[in-house]
Amino acid sequence: MTESWIILGATSSMARAFARALAKRGDAVFLAGRDMDDLNATAQDCSARGARLAEALTFDAREPEGFPALVARLEQEDGQINAAVFVGSMPEQSAIDADPGLIDGVITDNFTGPARLLQLLTPALEARGSGTVVGVGSVAGDRGRVGNYVYGAAKSGFHTYLAGLRNRLTRSGGHVVTVKPGFVDTAMTWGIEGMFLVAPPDKVADDILKAVAKKRNVIYTPFFWRYIMLIIRSIPEPIFKKLSI
Amino acid sequence: MRWKRTDYSGWGRALRASAEIARPERQSALKQLVAESPAPAIGRLRSYGDAALNDGGRAIDMTRLDRILGFDDVSGVVEVEAGAMIGDLGRIFAARGWIPPVMPGTGFATVGGCIANDVHGKNHHVVGSFGQHVTEITLLQGDKERTLTPDGTTDVFRATVGGLGQTGIIARAKIRLMPCRGDMMVLTERRVDSWDEFLSVLETSRADYNVGWIDATASGASFGRGILEEGEITSGVSPTKGKAREVPFNAPHWALSAPVVRAFNEIYFRRVPQGGRTTVKPISAPFFPLDAIHNWNRLYGKRGFHQFQCVVPVDQTPALRNMLDLIANSGLASPLAVLKRMGEGRGGYMSFPMDGYTLAVDFPNRSGARLLIGTLERMTEDAGGRIYFAKDALSEPGRIAAMYPEHGSWLKAATKADPEGALITDLVRRLNLRNAK
Repeated sequence: MTESWIILGATSSMARAFARALAKRGDAVFLAGRDMDDLNATAQDCSARGARLAEALTFDAREPEGFPALVARLEQEDGQINAAVFVGSMPEQSAIDADPGLIDGVITDNFTGPARLLQLLTPALEARGSGTVVGVGSVAGDRGRVGNYVYGAAKSGFHTYLAGLRNRLTRSGGHVVTVKPGFVDTAMTWGIEGMFLVAPPDKVADDILKAVAKKRNVIYTPFFWRYIMLIIRSIPEPIFKKLSI
Repeated sequence: MRWKRTDYSGWGRALRASAEIARPERQSALKQLVAESPAPAIGRLRSYGDAALNDGGRAIDMTRLDRILGFDDVSGVVEVEAGAMIGDLGRIFAARGWIPPVMPGTGFATVGGCIANDVHGKNHHVVGSFGQHVTEITLLQGDKERTLTPDGTTDVFRATVGGLGQTGIIARAKIRLMPCRGDMMVLTERRVDSWDEFLSVLETSRADYNVGWIDATASGASFGRGILEEGEITSGVSPTKGKAREVPFNAPHWALSAPVVRAFNEIYFRRVPQGGRTTVKPISAPFFPLDAIHNWNRLYGKRGFHQFQCVVPVDQTPALRNMLDLIANSGLASPLAVLKRMGEGRGGYMSFPMDGYTLAVDFPNRSGARLLIGTLERMTEDAGGRIYFAKDALSEPGRIAAMYPEHGSWLKAATKADPEGALITDLVRRLNLRNAK
């Protein structure tokens, strides 16, 4: 059966790699984001690589007025409909310290924006009795750290939202995969000091697709981050609060 | 855009550089970058020497701009971003009946690199060079975006094809693909017993694709022996291929020592039965035989290797014979040695091909090999031939002008396009290509 996917934040290199992987299987992909020139380029690329349909759609996490139109477009497709959320923004913590007003935007981009859209989409998935939601969070959401705790808090909120949505969609035959990537080789991490074990976006896309097929609930990608985060989460707070990791 | 301090090298790993590298993921980011801080564009670093190096400077990594932007299934013209890999295009389009007309020896080469080095393939005698199939180039020069075509902007187009990236940053290009019957190739291999026979079979081969593997260690009666490979594309769609292998670490220095290479070559030669053989393979196998082993350059150890590649005019085969003789007697050659008849097709002022014979031989990076390559370069120059910039790591400024008679036209275009010299690479610096003689 042919599937249709809406990919939120499709200009990111992780999303691009995921869209390509879907295109290769012949799925329909709706690439949603703000930079239409870039999205159109990716849509052409997906078509050439075998997508049944590839379309660029405008999506801005901070402008929810546009959300119903996106959901309506997706509902026009027959068969299973799915969503993958790659949106996010990560200003430097120091920029946030200088201007706490940035917090609202971070929370909207990483959590409430995509959550609002998923909330609108959920009844459609329930009605069809199928569908997968992939939510890309972050290992940063597993524990608040001095370096990026606002971003981490937004991702953490998103993780909790996804867990609840999973609980809800399971009842109607749908599924939610929470993806927690470690360091991925994207424009976001390029040239930043202290990066290690950086994974290529294709590898992450591949891991996500496998997790979707196997109906995994929460995955870390690459897998070893599960263990790294296990250690980080298990450090007692009295000690953790004195560390800078 | 953040810049990342990176140590990197060409494919031969003998020359190295340390540079600050930016890696844009969108065309808009690339445009801004080139306007604000122009630097040489680099791809997957498959040129052997220093064509992609800019030691102590900056470079723009194009590999994330690798999308297919459009395809016209009537004309076969495909538009791609410059970082797209040529092997990917082959894989994607061959099953639909189209193929890039020119495929270099590695599928990892990017389209931008294929243009900037005006690469050739095993069918050069039939279709000419890569640049001859490019119908349009979108070039970024500072804050200007220019659209180049072979007929509309002939001068800068010819300076860009084979132009080593000196006229601007290639952002996108259109290439006219060639119709093909499928993505399988009928490959015929037969033994060739001597040098004279090799020249004659290369001259008379009627196959679309052909190349000679030559045993660069054989001397005496078996001098010039090798295997002629001829290929024709055929119908059928290849099954998904197996996983690529990888050379996990640097091999020790004796891995490619003379006795090992001689033994390997003996086996490689005898592997093809006396009467020849014909097989059907997915096209990637004969096009990109070495791509199946990732990082095969590590076989040469941490000191790396050099490839010498020259082309000499048709009437200069005695000079080529002398070169091979010198190589065979040196005991320095690796198993990788290739002889091919080229046609005259070339797309730019600084393009490598000429009507004649090309010889390519790999050598481990040792002082003896470097001396030998210097000698081979002089012999090439005396024979009225050329050395290939995409492979070169050792040549000197004085030699180039005679080999590339259109250098003056290229230099004028490059100077006009990049008066500050922001796009100069280590290769261009080493060979003094951007300074008038």
